Amino acid sequence: MSSHNKLVLAGIFAAGLLAAPAFAFDFGRPATPDEIKLWDIDVGPDGKGLPDGGGTVAQGKQVFSDYCSACHGENGQGGIKDRLAGGQGTLASSMPVKTVGSFWPYATTLFDYIHRAMPYPTPGSLSIDETYAVTAYILSLNGIVPADGKVDKASLPEIKMPNRDGFVPDPEFDPAKLFHKK
Amino acid sequence: MTSKTPIELLSRPANVSRRGFVGGLSAGILSVATTEAANAESLADVPDRGPGADLGAHSERSRFAKIDRIPESTPGKRNIDPSDAINSKTPHQKLVGNITPTDLHYERSHSGVPDIDPAQHRLLIHGMVRKPLVFSVDDLKRMPSVSRVVFIECTGNGWENWKKADPELTVQNTHGLVSTNEWTGVPLKFLIDLVAKDKGSTWMLAEGGDGAGVDRSIPLTDEIVNEAFVAYGQNGEPLRPAHGFPMRLVMPGFEGNLNIKWLRRLKFGNEPWMTRWETARYTQLLANGKARQFQLRMDTNSVITRPSGMMQIQPGYVRISGLAWSGHGKIAKVEISTDGAKTWTQAQLSQPVLSKAQVRFQMDWVWDGKPTTIVSRSTDEQGNVQPDRKSFIAAMGTNALFHYNAQQTWSIDEAGRVRNVLA
Repeated sequence: MSSHNKLVLAGIFAAGLLAAPAFAFDFGRPATPDEIKLWDIDVGPDGKGLPDGGGTVAQGKQVFSDYCSACHGENGQGGIKDRLAGGQGTLASSMPVKTVGSFWPYATTLFDYIHRAMPYPTPGSLSIDETYAVTAYILSLNGIVPADGKVDKASLPEIKMPNRDGFVPDPEFDPAKLFHKK
Repeated sequence: MTSKTPIELLSRPANVSRRGFVGGLSAGILSVATTEAANAESLADVPDRGPGADLGAHSERSRFAKIDRIPESTPGKRNIDPSDAINSKTPHQKLVGNITPTDLHYERSHSGVPDIDPAQHRLLIHGMVRKPLVFSVDDLKRMPSVSRVVFIECTGNGWENWKKADPELTVQNTHGLVSTNEWTGVPLKFLIDLVAKDKGSTWMLAEGGDGAGVDRSIPLTDEIVNEAFVAYGQNGEPLRPAHGFPMRLVMPGFEGNLNIKWLRRLKFGNEPWMTRWETARYTQLLANGKARQFQLRMDTNSVITRPSGMMQIQPGYVRISGLAWSGHGKIAKVEISTDGAKTWTQAQLSQPVLSKAQVRFQMDWVWDGKPTTIVSRSTDEQGNVQPDRKSFIAAMGTNALFHYNAQQTWSIDEAGRVRNVLA
């Protein structure tokens, strides 16, 4: 038997040991890199997944006025939906105000959430640059980005949000310890 | 506990004279069920038999049985325009048994209920895998399946009672964001094998096909890998759109928000993504201003559903009944106090008691007509005891918003009115 044939046989034998994959070829179809790219929108706290592009606070002010202020109020306050600005220093009080500035630990999450879910009636309709811009504007409303500032793929993960250290993981599912026990 | 036979259940409760029991029995049955009071005082008053309505393609609930969920927006905002609703609560006070009827299963949606054509829906599984794959609904239905009775509970269940107790609340208001159905689908483990997940992948992102694209990071513990499944069936039929049609993730024992509806993507990675839902929402703000994150498991809980808020009872025999559940496993026992948590009596559990499913408990009680409070507390097989409110609030503060599982107390005044109170 040639060494090539031996390899093939060994491969078949190994596949036979894994019960499920032995039947696997039959289910689903391969996902192509291009179509994965269409749906692969998530963004990690280290910025992984952030697309190329960027936007300024000034541009974001206009985007916010056009698409966001009707629900969130002119300055991210006083609207019918979630308050986005203010509230810093209230978390230990009897009336905590949870906003992007007072509560959210990662600026990357803001980009991700706006990109996937906002504006509410037409999620996903903002361009990448518009999404960066309105992210910059909401951060500026909270005093985190200066009024003449901008954010992009490189700068967004570098922002340390005011409440970054305000979270204590549940002991059972602490990401820092969960899979390092062994 | 000792289980009783049906005959024993009908026997007279201890410490009650035969005369008192019989008198109380009739009064008690009428009292708890005031809206169902019988009008046929004599058998002669019962309407004659006759041919009924035509048979149909599907059956409807009797027009005499009025049972509805309550849509509401933020806590306590009810009787609103449905377009403003963010959830809809199960009427536990009108239900019996362990299973929630499909159309009355609670609902919490974050961007409405999408109208998805299953022929066009796809599930993408990718990330740290050797073979990224795309599945249709038919693909899932051809795979080996599991069926499992599981409770799903919104982490906000109980949120009405964090800071104060509105006496006008029903158990539907206080506890209507938990329900139990039988779900059918494909084990996550089977899908993991199909895509050949990298062993180094310890977290999974699950994402919905709704407008909000709700997504959660899920730790791939052995328990979760062994128990999670992608469901397409609910109580023997396709999922209802409100509950994730055509497919959803079912995560037995874990917070409702992790059971991603309208599932369209699973991505494997090695750390959490810190989505909005696990940072800005569904984190527990403690009294010191710090927030507990990744509190994913639903704790042991119970509530008396009958008699409960806004009902009225009369002196004599009362059947106390309620539901208990735990994200840790099976309910081991439920105790009931009818004297303000001074003394406790073990209730009977309706069989079967299933892991991470609601179970009905019940107990005979004879009310002497004096004002009192009634309360239940559950213990699960891991030994977790449902906390009393005082120790729960001492540990969590009153700002946490989610995972409220303190014991629920109902007060009963001298007129037999049952009201929501904190104790």
